[in-house]
Amino acid sequence: MIWQLDLILCLFIIICAIAAINVKDLLGAVIILGAYSFFMCLLWTEMGAVDVAFTEASVGAGVGTVLFIAAVSKTKRRSKD
Amino acid sequence: MTGVNDMMTKQSDDVIVKTLSRLLIPFMQIYALYVIAHGHYSPGGGFQGGVILGASIILLVITYGLDNALRKMSEKLNTILCSTGVFIYAGIGVLCLILGGNFLDYAELDQILHVGIAQARSLGILGVEVGVGVTVMAAMISIFLDIATGGLPSKEKNIQGKRA
Repeated sequence: MIWQLDLILCLFIIICAIAAINVKDLLGAVIILGAYSFFMCLLWTEMGAVDVAFTEASVGAGVGTVLFIAAVSKTKRRSKD
Repeated sequence: MTGVNDMMTKQSDDVIVKTLSRLLIPFMQIYALYVIAHGHYSPGGGFQGGVILGASIILLVITYGLDNALRKMSEKLNTILCSTGVFIYAGIGVLCLILGGNFLDYAELDQILHVGIAQARSLGILGVEVGVGVTVMAAMISIFLDIATGGLPSKEKNIQGKRA
């Protein structure tokens, strides 16, 4: 484990999480959530949990993003709040 | 007018997207089979391989449209595969039970396979991984089709489109 790399990845994850909540464009929020998942996958790999990282990459960043985009395409793209 | 936006299920007009996905889908499927086949001694396994296998069919639906994809992978075949995977998983488990062990006690499979207890355990885990992979692939495709079509089967959707 390299603590500097951990710190940078954690920082990116927190930035992505806050941005995904605050963005008004729902499609943009989904893409940022995919980026969050990808950084989470890098963090899992860095901490030695390769199997969990594999699941995160395939489910979180892959299929999950597609399902969210399919759901967004059924609704309005802009958020009201 | 149904008001359904079928952005995810109609055929793409972009030649780059279609050519690239046509090149990419076979490699995705080969990689998924690699992940499933090497699941018991390296990272990955039935679930991850099944998700990748499902993602390749989802890519086919997005780029080539729902109707072309259903010709390759109909919803009936999808439902059959979904239950076949569970049957493989539970079948191997019950087979171990019948041979005198516990549920999913792969060592008992040696009585059929005659390859040694360690190798029988390895082959048993491989069989279970294949079952999990098939079920997860079918479930992922099913979830995506339900969300992308709003729960309507493709034929009913076409009839509604003609009426509208």
